[in-house]
Amino acid sequence: MLIFTIRRLNLFIFTMLVLTLISFSLSFLFPGDAIINITGAINATPGQLKILQQSYQTESNIFWQYIVYLQHIIHGELGISMSSQSDIATEVLNLLPATIELSLVALLFAMFIGIPLGFIAAIKHNKTADNLISSVSMIGYSIPVFWLGLLAILMFSINLGWLPSAGQISLLFEINHVTGIQFIDILLSDSPYKWQAFSDATSHIILPACVIAVAPATIFIRLARTSMIEVLETSYIRAANAKGLTFQQIIFRHAIRNALIKIIRHVGLQFANLVTIAMVTEVIFSWPGIGRWLIESIYQRDYTAIQSGLLVLSCFIFMIHILTDFIYAALNPLARGIKHGA
Amino acid sequence: MARDKIYTEEVFPSPFMQLWQIFRKTPVAMVGFNCFIFLVILAVFAPILAPYSPVEGQLDMLLLPPSWHTDGNVSFLLGTDELGRDMLSRLMYGTSLTFGLSFVVVIISLVIGVIIGSLSALTSGLKSSFLNHFLDVILSIPSLLLAIIIVAILGPGISNTVWAVVIVLIPQFIHITRYAVKEESRKDYVLASRLDGASPFRVLYYSIFPNIVDRIMGQATLAQSAAILDIATLGFLGLGAQIPLPEWGATLANGLDLFYIAPWTVYLPGLAILFAVVATNLVGEGIRHALKLRKDR
Repeated sequence: MLIFTIRRLNLFIFTMLVLTLISFSLSFLFPGDAIINITGAINATPGQLKILQQSYQTESNIFWQYIVYLQHIIHGELGISMSSQSDIATEVLNLLPATIELSLVALLFAMFIGIPLGFIAAIKHNKTADNLISSVSMIGYSIPVFWLGLLAILMFSINLGWLPSAGQISLLFEINHVTGIQFIDILLSDSPYKWQAFSDATSHIILPACVIAVAPATIFIRLARTSMIEVLETSYIRAANAKGLTFQQIIFRHAIRNALIKIIRHVGLQFANLVTIAMVTEVIFSWPGIGRWLIESIYQRDYTAIQSGLLVLSCFIFMIHILTDFIYAALNPLARGIKHGA
Repeated sequence: MARDKIYTEEVFPSPFMQLWQIFRKTPVAMVGFNCFIFLVILAVFAPILAPYSPVEGQLDMLLLPPSWHTDGNVSFLLGTDELGRDMLSRLMYGTSLTFGLSFVVVIISLVIGVIIGSLSALTSGLKSSFLNHFLDVILSIPSLLLAIIIVAILGPGISNTVWAVVIVLIPQFIHITRYAVKEESRKDYVLASRLDGASPFRVLYYSIFPNIVDRIMGQATLAQSAAILDIATLGFLGLGAQIPLPEWGATLANGLDLFYIAPWTVYLPGLAILFAVVATNLVGEGIRHALKLRKDR
């Protein structure tokens, strides 16, 4: 496990260096002055600019500039937004939890719907249920997410009027911003209308989370199906069958556990995919998350915000990636090190 | 008994032809393939086939519903939008933008990716390990996010979208080519050809490529469905094709304001995207299914 941790840490540091390097070179690739792109100080007087240039050491060579840039990032200085002149680090910290909340709920939906359906398809391999689930998952995989979101709004918000179509919570409720994750904030607050606020927030999250969950759920169906089919063909399942275990015992005691391990490995990769889908969905559902903020900064050519937003978002995605790798290794001893005699 | 042939000649079809013979026997895949061919033809001949211009509207025919509706007009089969532009013509021209461009994008990135991938498979050591790590980083960032980053650098516009999606798709092709070439070069027939004194490039061209072309095609269909969705999504977000262009995603975003009055301006482009992606995925699924069957045989 120690060697595994060191190797992952190595990869983590390497990736962070690549990501910061990309983000650093972005400030030169974007039109305009590099120092203004990094700091976002478009209204700075020549005197202020001089101080900024000194703090980022633009006079020294490019390698040293990169080191100084890294120091600034480690201290949490991401510059100020070009359009609103507010500090980007605080803005990102306010917005990121909303995206995490939405993505996690969507991930849970996707897993709880996708994985059991995939198992059912594998157990009924090559029968009607399998074909039906496979073809539905093909359509779910192909549907453009923005179109699905619009159809969902038209269907459930406008025609049926069941669920609200925009925002995170009704403006009537005053919830203090503590962690940024709405549900935790509501539970922490001492408002007399706590439970109304809770149910309101729930009804706001259902529609966007379902829309985001569709594509990852179909991928989970495929993953669950292939891994279950593989497991059911192994000899230990045949041995269990020969010992006279009932079909339910085989599935619940032996097959599901071994099939799940293979799926957990892919959760990290799917989460990256899911966050991208969430970005588009946030635009449609006016969800106050980092994806909508990032796309709006692209419209406004707010280069500082784009640069830092991308850095934060890709770091976040990569951390989740490493985290799932660790969970996978903790659950599956085979993945930890070099296999001997295999 | 008369024999036409004295020596019965054994024919070994190439791996690609074997694949095609299995592919042909799966009806679902053939339906997808025919839809795919239909879209290609539509993309090429849209200017000849389309009844009206995609950008000029008839001002007396605003927001006409599709012709099966009671208020519809049969000369505008799928209705018109808020500027009186014929939806059918816009969708037909849109085929060459969304579908046709995605096809071009996949071919460009396939060629570049396969060249880099096969070259990198021939190298080893530090360079190869660095490339491996670098690819891992790039592949862990989702394609749409990367495309948005590149469009943010280059600025909005259809040509920038195309380059962005090309750059995004290249690592996938490098990865699969590299992996496939490395796997094949461990096999005995490559060793035999190497013992005959063939140079690495000759081995690559005559021995390895015919055997991995099907896997690359499978990846190409995956890449194409991603490319269609990426181009359409960027168009929808206003970062891709700009206003008068009838790109499907942009057409859909255009109809957004009138969604409740004229829902067909949103339904139809969405359906077109869905149709194109499903057709591509069916072909891809058929290829992968055929690959699996060939392996089991």
